[in-house]
Amino acid sequence: MQINNSLSPEKKTFASRIRNSFAQLPLLAWLCGVLGAVLLERYLGDPLTELLGLPKIPALFGAVTILKKPQLIPGTVAFLFLIYAVPILVIPRLFGSILNRLVGRLFHLSPAMSVAIHLGLLYLILSLWADVSGYRLLTLKLTLIAIIVTLSLNVINGYMGEFSCSHPGFLALGAYTASVFTLFFFVDDKVFGAAFLPKFLGPFLFPIALILGGIVAAIGAIAIAIPSFRTRGDYLAIISLAFMFIVKSIIENLEFVRGPRGLSSQPNYVDLPTVFIWTVAAVWIINNFVRSTTGKALNAVRDDEMAADAMTVNTRRTKIVAFLFAAFWAGVAGGLFAHVLRYVNPGTFSIQKLAEVLAMVYFGGLNSVYGSIVGAVSLSLLGEALRPLEIFKWIIIPLLLILVMIFRPTGLIAFKDFDVMKLISPKEKS
Amino acid sequence: MTFFFQNLINALQWGSFYALIALGYSMVYGVLMLFNFAHGDIFMVGAYIGFGVATGLVALTSMGALALPNWLILVLTILISMFLTSFVGMIVERVGYRPLRDAPRASAAITGLMIGIILETGNLALLGAQRISFPALVQSTTYNLGGVFVTNKKIMIVLFSIALMYALHLFVRKTRWGMAMRAMAFDYVVVPLLGVPINNIARMTFAIGSALAAVAGIFFGVAYPVLDPYMGIIFGWKAFVAAILGGRGSILGACLAGFLLGFIEIFVAMIFPSTLRDFIAYSIILLILTFRPHGFFGEPYSARLSL
Repeated sequence: MQINNSLSPEKKTFASRIRNSFAQLPLLAWLCGVLGAVLLERYLGDPLTELLGLPKIPALFGAVTILKKPQLIPGTVAFLFLIYAVPILVIPRLFGSILNRLVGRLFHLSPAMSVAIHLGLLYLILSLWADVSGYRLLTLKLTLIAIIVTLSLNVINGYMGEFSCSHPGFLALGAYTASVFTLFFFVDDKVFGAAFLPKFLGPFLFPIALILGGIVAAIGAIAIAIPSFRTRGDYLAIISLAFMFIVKSIIENLEFVRGPRGLSSQPNYVDLPTVFIWTVAAVWIINNFVRSTTGKALNAVRDDEMAADAMTVNTRRTKIVAFLFAAFWAGVAGGLFAHVLRYVNPGTFSIQKLAEVLAMVYFGGLNSVYGSIVGAVSLSLLGEALRPLEIFKWIIIPLLLILVMIFRPTGLIAFKDFDVMKLISPKEKS
Repeated sequence: MTFFFQNLINALQWGSFYALIALGYSMVYGVLMLFNFAHGDIFMVGAYIGFGVATGLVALTSMGALALPNWLILVLTILISMFLTSFVGMIVERVGYRPLRDAPRASAAITGLMIGIILETGNLALLGAQRISFPALVQSTTYNLGGVFVTNKKIMIVLFSIALMYALHLFVRKTRWGMAMRAMAFDYVVVPLLGVPINNIARMTFAIGSALAAVAGIFFGVAYPVLDPYMGIIFGWKAFVAAILGGRGSILGACLAGFLLGFIEIFVAMIFPSTLRDFIAYSIILLILTFRPHGFFGEPYSARLSL
């Protein structure tokens, strides 16, 4: 593609022209465009819905409205075009060059500040978008948690190349540990009696609950990491699968967490900033991990364990670190998940959950942080958007995945580095 | 002692379901080095096809169009369902596995899982979520053998399953097609060069595995006459575990491990509270795999340089 372009610059295809216009604008310009769209929706959304005869602002980009009430399609499309498409296309074009210079200044001044500004804008966009309805807020929280889960599974299945089926087990360990912690210390309930500590401490000590959940999940991961020294591939898949069933079965038989009935009434600590901060932390730390020496060692173990061993990669240490690290983040995600839904039971963490997480990893792309984010976001949103189709949703999503697997067997965006500096740097005019 | 033998009979029946399904996993693995994760759902589809055929034949008989005794209906049901279900297996191979033969193995695992979900959901959409009961084709008679109660169904299921496994063993060992399958399992690169039609072999392997799963499905319907669309999940995963436990690609290993899993589950449920069944069964499997990671008859794996 690149060679083609440089040889014949006058014959640009439509796709490459779009790609070029994307490449010339800094990320900040796109964020500003989306912010414009979200602000427009907030202040003009209600009058516009009345004008177009829509019952309310389309929650998930109109998917539900389009599928349920076909007569509202023109109105919904007009709404989407006016509110989303126009500002997202116009604002970056108008202010692109100014913002590019601004980004350049910021980047030279302090990259850290530039990152902070980008993240702040992203948070502003998400919070404004989620402010419209409670349904959006819940979907957004679950999507962010799905990003953590998918990334942590990608460390094992993508970067290390094992086929681990144990993630629902780690999620369950994290969810139950964090729930027991908060219920025991900060809630008056029937299971654990009166609160042990003053309740106002709860939100401050909540990170400890999550980290404890992560640590318990990591301890559980030792049960898989040690067999992984001696075997890999299918046998490790079975060992991890057995681990998942064992965790589920243990929880079902533990009476003090109410067995199959599950735990409920977790305190409402997980608001959008909490999930956002944890997700950003997870993406940041996991990205640094996979780009570190240990991360490169993971790839070496995946591609040829014997050669890696011969090149002085400590394969055992690499494997155990990867499993513990991935399980820790899965546990944290489990704790967040339990406190978003404020109800968990062992049945949540079963084969269906496994299929969902695996689908996100392999749809998005192996060995890639971008891929995990794309996979988690697209499949979570798709799952919500296709909800009106009821059962046929579970035919369309698998079909889509099969097509992706046939045409891109490693997923949509596989083997791509997530380089924050490149992302926030100003774009050169070509 | 009678208690033990009573449970032994139950375990043999329970294990024969696992063994028949595990064979399908193991054969596909032996030939393609891939697991067919849709196999549990092919078992479910086979049971439903068997239900459809049996109900149709019973209806035709009661209308007077055909005059078939019950045993003949059962035999015809098994044969027709094996035939029809083998096509399901071939379609799965064509759609989900052949395009991915050179892709990373995990991708094929994902397509298999997704085809499984499609089969479940398709069934749910077609027939609804309610359980349906399999027509009673076999009059249940109970024999008392020195205090151990055995029904004719159990005897039939166990004997017929073992006969099928032996037939498969003969097929793989004695026929040209079986030899081609073994050759593919032995060397995946050179064998096509020698003129073995690998696509046909792969298709046939899926067809045979699916036909066996259909038999397991019908037997399940005869023994426990309730079918539901999600029955494939739990059976499929457990049979998959059995296939691994037996050593991947090993037919004898898959049979033995299937029966072993049946024994473990039945005896654990007899001795401990039944809620602990999965926990203990999987813990035993985890222990076995920790000390023998390549299963009973598999080849060991080593990543260490042995100098």
